[in-house]
Amino acid sequence: MPEAVPPEGGTPQETTLRGAHVELRGISKSFGGTRALEGVSLTIGRGSIHALVGENGAGKSTLGKIIAGAHAPDAGQLLLAGEPVRFHSPRDAIGHGVILIAQELSIVGSLTVEQNVFLGVEPRNKGFQNRRELRRRYKELAASVGFQLDGHVNAGQLRTADQQKVEIMRALCRNAQLIVMDEPTAALSRQDVEALHAVIRQLAGNGTSVVLVSHFLNEVLELADEVTILRDGRLVQTVPAAGQTEETLMAAMLGRSLDATFPAKRPGPADAPVVLSVRELRAPGVNDVSFDLRAGEILGLAGLVGAGRTEVARAIYRANRVYSGSVTVTAPAGTGKAGTGKAGKDKEITGTPRTALRAGVLMIPESRKEQGLLLGRSVRENVSLSTLAQVSRAGMVQPGSERRTVRDVLTRVDARGGGQSSPASALSGGNQQKLLFARSLLSDPTVLIADEPTRGVDVGAKRAIYELLTSLTDSGLGVLLISSDVEEILGLAHRVLVMRGGRVAAELTGDDVTEAAVLGAAFGAAERGA
Amino acid sequence: MTQPQARLLGTAREGGIIYPFIVLFLVLAIWKGQTFYGKTNLLEILDQQASFLIIAAAGTMVLIAGGIDLSVGATYALCQVIATKMAESGDPVLAIFVGVLVGIGVGAVNGVIATFFRINSLIATLAMSFVITGVATLVTNGNLIIAYSALGFANLARTQFLDVTTAAWTMIGVVIILAIVLSRTIAGRYMYAAGSNSEAARLAGVRVQWIKLATFAISGGAAGLGGIIDASRVLSASSANGGTTLTFTVLAGIVVGGTSILGGAGAIWRTVVGVLFIAMIGNGFTLLAWNALYEQITLGVILLLAVGGDAWSRLRTS
Repeated sequence: MPEAVPPEGGTPQETTLRGAHVELRGISKSFGGTRALEGVSLTIGRGSIHALVGENGAGKSTLGKIIAGAHAPDAGQLLLAGEPVRFHSPRDAIGHGVILIAQELSIVGSLTVEQNVFLGVEPRNKGFQNRRELRRRYKELAASVGFQLDGHVNAGQLRTADQQKVEIMRALCRNAQLIVMDEPTAALSRQDVEALHAVIRQLAGNGTSVVLVSHFLNEVLELADEVTILRDGRLVQTVPAAGQTEETLMAAMLGRSLDATFPAKRPGPADAPVVLSVRELRAPGVNDVSFDLRAGEILGLAGLVGAGRTEVARAIYRANRVYSGSVTVTAPAGTGKAGTGKAGKDKEITGTPRTALRAGVLMIPESRKEQGLLLGRSVRENVSLSTLAQVSRAGMVQPGSERRTVRDVLTRVDARGGGQSSPASALSGGNQQKLLFARSLLSDPTVLIADEPTRGVDVGAKRAIYELLTSLTDSGLGVLLISSDVEEILGLAHRVLVMRGGRVAAELTGDDVTEAAVLGAAFGAAERGA
Repeated sequence: MTQPQARLLGTAREGGIIYPFIVLFLVLAIWKGQTFYGKTNLLEILDQQASFLIIAAAGTMVLIAGGIDLSVGATYALCQVIATKMAESGDPVLAIFVGVLVGIGVGAVNGVIATFFRINSLIATLAMSFVITGVATLVTNGNLIIAYSALGFANLARTQFLDVTTAAWTMIGVVIILAIVLSRTIAGRYMYAAGSNSEAARLAGVRVQWIKLATFAISGGAAGLGGIIDASRVLSASSANGGTTLTFTVLAGIVVGGTSILGGAGAIWRTVVGVLFIAMIGNGFTLLAWNALYEQITLGVILLLAVGGDAWSRLRTS
């Protein structure tokens, strides 16, 4: 098998020599009435990096969880080193050297890094923790994987990338031979992604097998030895990563070829009226930010994680405290519904998110599960939440009117999966995000702030969201788009503000909007070599 | 888990308390016949449970909005001693009015502490319950307040209309109004939203703190009304009435009914069934002349089963 492989990783030749680590035969799994996996068979070579890709709902996370014992398959067999095994719990899997690092990290924030790493397997001395031994073992472990991470600091203070390192070390000190990582880089800034990639390569180099569940195809191509593509719970193919491109993977995932990811960009509306005017805004993490947003414009807010992008959005929306500065919303004449009298009037946002909403600004927050949705409540309640007054008479919600309104707007955003009465938690990530868009549309905003609108969303839903954003601007809406995905910013924004250290480091327009320019400004002179 | 199993579990959770309620009703009906299902006995249960049901219906709102009110037992006592004392020598209508108002005020204070001062409502209302009991004892000087001559005051609970006491009628009215508010109004939706995910609700424009505060005020008012109804029935009041027994019995009814202690889920009809279920157990013990000590043990076990069953079904369906 003479493919070109990254020299750092375990080579396929080695993989074959070391043999199969895990073998899945005809794995099927259903949740309730939904079939998540059907008859999936694949082999993961020892010491290899095996990527699972597919759209959201394709079953890749489920498959990862089955390998790691977090779910039990309904049918099929799991062979570990040739022996059939049946994991009854993640703990059971850990006993067999298989560990899952889930998307949501399980760090105990109030404990130190070393305590987190050895949580549950602390060196003991007559029932008491042996701190000296703990420290010694931690240093040994950190040195062996080459992590520069102080063991004494509270794990809760660490950046996500470092918390991920803690999780990896936790896995290693439990003698993990196979680590399943579910979207390990989804919440990381670019430099942290690089660091984590190096770690993953090193793990594989040391003979640990890695199953990588990821949405990022470039990451998959960069890291993986083999790629398994899933579609609708079925295996499409398992192929060596070498020889694949993002296009071939995407085509296999979608079952059709995807020529353009981004909708055609219309020219930026240079002389359109200003709808949002931010002046000298100071807030936690925001240091003197001023800018204008025009009607029909998508303004991209780029920068590294922690550069203050989300903080700007939250300050504008008054989700966070604001120290000083002003935010003014002006609905351009001709928009807005007749009789609401909102056109042409300046409205300053003060106080709470409620006042921001009233002024015509809507924010789709960064984390849809924690800040956006009422997961346990129905789709209908989630969508109508901000605009209940529209479907109510004398404070009483009119069920018929609400149902019709919600149905119409759900069609507009093309949200699928489950009826209006099913809980929001039952929907896939992409459809959950569409619910938030639907909620926003109902309040007919002048300005929409979309904070990472495509995070953890599958390729198809991404495209739908891009098209939605574009069509919204066509109708005169101003969009402030925050994204960690530079391509997304490049593909959608008419103008880009790059943030660094709570300030606007650069404003890019027209042909200046390039990946190099955005990243250059984002890292800037203040790059601290991290 | 297979599909039919999952669906069965889902239905079981949806219906929840209804099935054990029906089973218990049938068992008692077959065992004791008319003594149990006769009009007299059933109406008496309804009359006796009037105050509990009012307080529990309001408490359901508090729980759904993400709080908990442990001060209802104390508020119950405070309002009944104030109202009874006023009725002793004054206008009974005014006495009832002031009593309920005091309850709403106490609840609002709970709400302010729990929301704007950001003190966990469990602790806030627990602390407040000591304060309230203390104030109630100051009002009574530790004595039983007797208003045997205030027959007008007795009308609140004792009047019969269509064979049903006014206490029960009041309860039915209040419970229906609260149920409509919770399930049909914007305010009710906001209560679910606040308890389901308060940050998401806030960002969606819901005034979460005010909504929560309102549920505490309603709960306080309901506790006051419940206390006054019970005082009106016996024309006496004491700061030792209500207390933690009442608080926890009411809470047990809410939880047995299937309203989540985690907020964001539940309903008032559930609470009504839950409270009546517990009442039926008590009634059963009385009718069968069983040792009342076992009633407590039974109640405890049922509460554990209810909470455990809920947690278990959540685990399975998630």
